[in-house]
Amino acid sequence: MLRIENLVKQYRTGDKALKGISLEVPVGQVMALIGPSGAGKSTLIRCVNRLVEPSSGKIFLDGTELTGLGIGGLRRARRRMGMIFQEYALVERLSVMENVLSGRLGYVGFWRSWWRRFPQSDVQEAFRLLERVGLDHMADKRADELSGGQRQRVGICRALIQNPSLLLVDEPTASLDPKTSRQIMRLICELCDERQLAAIINIHDVQLAQMFARRVVGLQLGEIVYDGPPDGLDAEVLTRIYGEEDWEATIGKVDAEDEENGEAA
Amino acid sequence: MIANPWLRHGLWLGAAVYLALALGTMDVNWGRVAEGFPRGRDFVASFFPPDFTSRWDSILEGILESLWMTVISTVAGIVLSVPVGLGAARNLSIKPVYYACRAILAVSRTFPEIILAIFCVKLFGFGPFAGFLALSIATIGFYGKLLAEDIEDMDPVQAEAIKATGAGWFQWLNYAVQPQVMPRMIGLGLYRFDINFRESAVVGIVGGGGIGATLLTAFDRYEYSSAAAILLVIIFIVMAVEYTSGYIRRWVQ
Repeated sequence: MLRIENLVKQYRTGDKALKGISLEVPVGQVMALIGPSGAGKSTLIRCVNRLVEPSSGKIFLDGTELTGLGIGGLRRARRRMGMIFQEYALVERLSVMENVLSGRLGYVGFWRSWWRRFPQSDVQEAFRLLERVGLDHMADKRADELSGGQRQRVGICRALIQNPSLLLVDEPTASLDPKTSRQIMRLICELCDERQLAAIINIHDVQLAQMFARRVVGLQLGEIVYDGPPDGLDAEVLTRIYGEEDWEATIGKVDAEDEENGEAA
Repeated sequence: MIANPWLRHGLWLGAAVYLALALGTMDVNWGRVAEGFPRGRDFVASFFPPDFTSRWDSILEGILESLWMTVISTVAGIVLSVPVGLGAARNLSIKPVYYACRAILAVSRTFPEIILAIFCVKLFGFGPFAGFLALSIATIGFYGKLLAEDIEDMDPVQAEAIKATGAGWFQWLNYAVQPQVMPRMIGLGLYRFDINFRESAVVGIVGGGGIGATLLTAFDRYEYSSAAAILLVIIFIVMAVEYTSGYIRRWVQ
């Protein structure tokens, strides 16, 4: 469904953030992208929806070559890729409802969006999504009145109302406490299951990646150094991704915490 | 801090010498200063009592003209400054547009309102149109620059998020940029209204119409009591506008 071929990104400063990445994500697969800060995780997902222009290489989404699209084509392609951000990236002075509906901007004309007159079906879908994440009573609140976890749920609604086939998720839990992090990750994965969505989730928390993703890709200095199932992450692999460190505690704790959390939920 | 002590003390010494020499060149004639004080007292005395009645019609006309000039020059200036401000925001526009818009802003900010008004009066003749034009140009420079700076300071992640939904450029402006800059820009618009009213009095003195023209006429006819009345009316309106705009700004925040 998503196919990345030999993707290279070189910043103007000369730093090579991505050194020839090739990757394929099939329909409905939730893939975690792990790696140290500066490995190029963020750059990689931003190259997919071209918030960052790739230097070379090709990216295909359902057979469309994203890397060759003009402005109009890119807009239409972006509608099919929902994005979720680390700091939620809600427009703080807009209401929750406006934030969710902004996910439909690619589908409605300028004047309709200017007068906030979205089609009735969009508004209904927005309410349905807010209800799904438990925030339907917050629709008229301003986004900056919400807590971190609530904001991220609104961010998820905004991505889903685009009716995407792919989710690009950039450190969804980095600003959240451990419990909320798990809830958010679980929610994202459930929603991906329900809708058969593929997802690339950038995450620096190895345990969370192991708990929720079915496939883990490890990035190190712009190159893929691991691509496999979550239980294949042993001390040797983690050392390859992050460097020398005592990994025993990280690997050992996963199962115990997973069970404990399963009971709580 | 300057490391070299010789240079450091030398600069102080140089500044002191220059100041002394500059004071020396200013040729103060103490006799004339002494004459000036009683003349000033007579001048102020001739303001009293302020005479609102005998020239009331022309005062009212001047005030209404000034207000009208203020309103449309503020609106026109802000409307015109929006595209310039957008173009002059480094994170929005491309290099050639950026430099062009920055140049427009620099030019309109270089000249104070009174110089602009003199130009406009020379070009279009006496009257409120010249004043309106001068104030509009000044407003573009003021508002455009502050708008551009506010846009450059906005949170880029919110903007990125809206772009990622597939929004068009104008939708992106409306949903990502406008909510972030709007509260401050409303406050600055009111502040500019304030400035424009005060400047409309100055602009009138060089021929730009409005209450300034009425004031000048009063001085030219030695009608100091009418002039005093005009000054009081200006002070009153400036205070009223300032109070109202301050109230609205607090309410917007």
